[in-house]
Amino acid sequence: MPLSEIFDVLSGGALVTVQIVVMALPLATFMAFLSGLLRLSDHRSLRWTATVYVEFFRGTSALIQLYWIYFVLPFFGISIDAITAGVVALGFNIGAYGSEVVRGGLLSVDKGQTEAAIALNFSPRQRLWRIILPQALVGMMPPFGNLAIELVKATSLVSLITIADLTYRAKSLADMTLQVEEIFGLVLVFYFVMAQVLTLCIRALEKYLGKGMDRGGLT
Amino acid sequence: MSDFAVEFDNVTKKFGDNVLFEHFNFNIRKNEVVSIIGPSGSGKSTLLRILMTLESIDAGMVRVQGESLWHMQKNGAWLPADERHLRKCRGHMGMVFQHFNLFPHMTVLRNITEAPIHVLGQSKEEARANGMELLRTVGLADKADAYPSRLSGGQKQRVGIARALAMKPSILLLDEITSALDPELVDEVLEVIRKLAAEDAYTMMLVTHEMYFAREISDRVCFFDAGQIVEEGPPEQIFNAPNHERTRAFLNSFLNI
Amino acid sequence: MIEFEWNWAFAWEVLPLLLDACKITLQATLLGSVLAIVIGLLLALLRRSKWKAVGYTAYWWMEFVRSTPLLVQIYFLYYVAPEWGLNLSPMVTGVLALGMHYGAYLSEVFRSGIDGVDKGQWEASIALNLSPYRTYRDVILPQALRAMIPAAGNYIIAMFKETPQLSAITLLEMLQLAKIMGSENFRYLEPFTLVGLIYLVLSLVASTAIRQAERRFPKEGFTLS
Repeated sequence: MPLSEIFDVLSGGALVTVQIVVMALPLATFMAFLSGLLRLSDHRSLRWTATVYVEFFRGTSALIQLYWIYFVLPFFGISIDAITAGVVALGFNIGAYGSEVVRGGLLSVDKGQTEAAIALNFSPRQRLWRIILPQALVGMMPPFGNLAIELVKATSLVSLITIADLTYRAKSLADMTLQVEEIFGLVLVFYFVMAQVLTLCIRALEKYLGKGMDRGGLT
Repeated sequence: MSDFAVEFDNVTKKFGDNVLFEHFNFNIRKNEVVSIIGPSGSGKSTLLRILMTLESIDAGMVRVQGESLWHMQKNGAWLPADERHLRKCRGHMGMVFQHFNLFPHMTVLRNITEAPIHVLGQSKEEARANGMELLRTVGLADKADAYPSRLSGGQKQRVGIARALAMKPSILLLDEITSALDPELVDEVLEVIRKLAAEDAYTMMLVTHEMYFAREISDRVCFFDAGQIVEEGPPEQIFNAPNHERTRAFLNSFLNI
Repeated sequence: MIEFEWNWAFAWEVLPLLLDACKITLQATLLGSVLAIVIGLLLALLRRSKWKAVGYTAYWWMEFVRSTPLLVQIYFLYYVAPEWGLNLSPMVTGVLALGMHYGAYLSEVFRSGIDGVDKGQWEASIALNLSPYRTYRDVILPQALRAMIPAAGNYIIAMFKETPQLSAITLLEMLQLAKIMGSENFRYLEPFTLVGLIYLVLSLVASTAIRQAERRFPKEGFTLS
């Protein structure tokens, strides 16, 4: 098979991979913020629920979570297609790791900021959304960037539940053509480029969010 | 209606097992300028922090403009204050912090207008006009669009003062506002406070180590040590003829450095 | 909808088999960790090399390995090694892939641990005319190790949780076995849940152990000899 044809097939797979990332990333972000905020809540039951979620998804393995959602849930009458299973499993998994980032980021903001916000009579909600979170976000960006790359890498797992993503197509092509060096070499480069692009985006976001702040990478 | 802007009535404050003060009584009249001086770690700042609701109390009653701060009355019963009650009381006060605590992610002008817009419900135009007016008062109109990280310590603290004033408080709490500043930047900040004191429109409570300044602007100076007010009176008396041995020792230690 | 309830009899039937397969999982993790530590140290040292080209190559190798999926790396070794005349068993392939992948992560842990040691320690070692080997073994690493333990331990736990991917090249570890048991009996609930629980318990035990190790690590008087 000519290299250009291999490239075309793999590009189609890369598109599927990107689609899954685009769907799972917002879910992971949402879960990370939801559980990260709940873990700092005053209500013990909310804190506990969030902690159980985080410990559970971090303590077991992403592939097992994926299989469980894909193979076990249908027996409970919850029919779920492969893409949804992949997005949910990866979103929940990465979200659990992100929870720690959100919690740590919020706690790292200087206590004086909360005190100033109280002195200016902001409501508890305004303190969080207007004062604390915008500052915490800047520090969260580098670890979030790493997690986003972990997500891209983890999407390769969906090839094991028959989604025709980059990894899946690479393996099928390899079984078919035996041009294994070109195929897998190319696939690795594909993933590498995706990760680098993502890193650049996150850096730009960090710089934007940190405008004016000393730690925001401004000289 | 009470003549006092601030009242501490039999107040007890503990940190764990450590009793900071017990049965503490202290009042400030309306539009009075009061300086609290005393050794570090004696809990002077805690007085301000209790008023600003940054620290709670363990017993007693605190009143701000005649209104109990940490307790509220509901159907004739006294209950611990909830967030709504606290927010109502906080409206009387503004605080300036030792370490400025400016919001680093906002420009200088937004630092000043954010709370008036979102807490007082002012329109953006109104808040900006007020904010610029305040910046002119503290001599920083040209820094409106700068971020705090670009300012000197003295400039930061002047923004801190403008930010507190923007909420139109009747009571100003100034917590060692020059302690974190390089010596040459202290005067520009004190100049602003001097003008405010002269206006006679604010009740001011300062915790400070600037003895000359306390002497100049205060109506009353209080020497606070070991959880109580050891001695208080007009500045001339405290600084020229202190009655108490401890006050004398403390003031001498200042003259010797 | 099929009536579906937890079947204890089936669970008890698969549990011993899973625990047996767990040995394979642990074996892969253990061997993979040893290899990862060796590779990690090597990369960390290469990155500190005097020759810029060497340091650069080591850096981009690390960056490349860390930003591409382990699963693809496993496939790469599994499919490409025979082309190069190497016929590796799934276990050996898996250990190599895990070791290379996590070696890249560990190199960063080692590098920052070594960088964290005070510069004066290097200068003192030069002043005492210690060889580079002695400097690392007797002076630098004993001091760097304390800071490295938690981070390195967490990566090894992460490696442990990625071993199920070795099922993709037919290694009969826990997940592969669970999948086979599941498809033979048309019951995935018990095998997959049990595998998940075994991972949960083991990784919680491991992270507690790391915290203990960190706490008990001697603050003074620790040497590598």
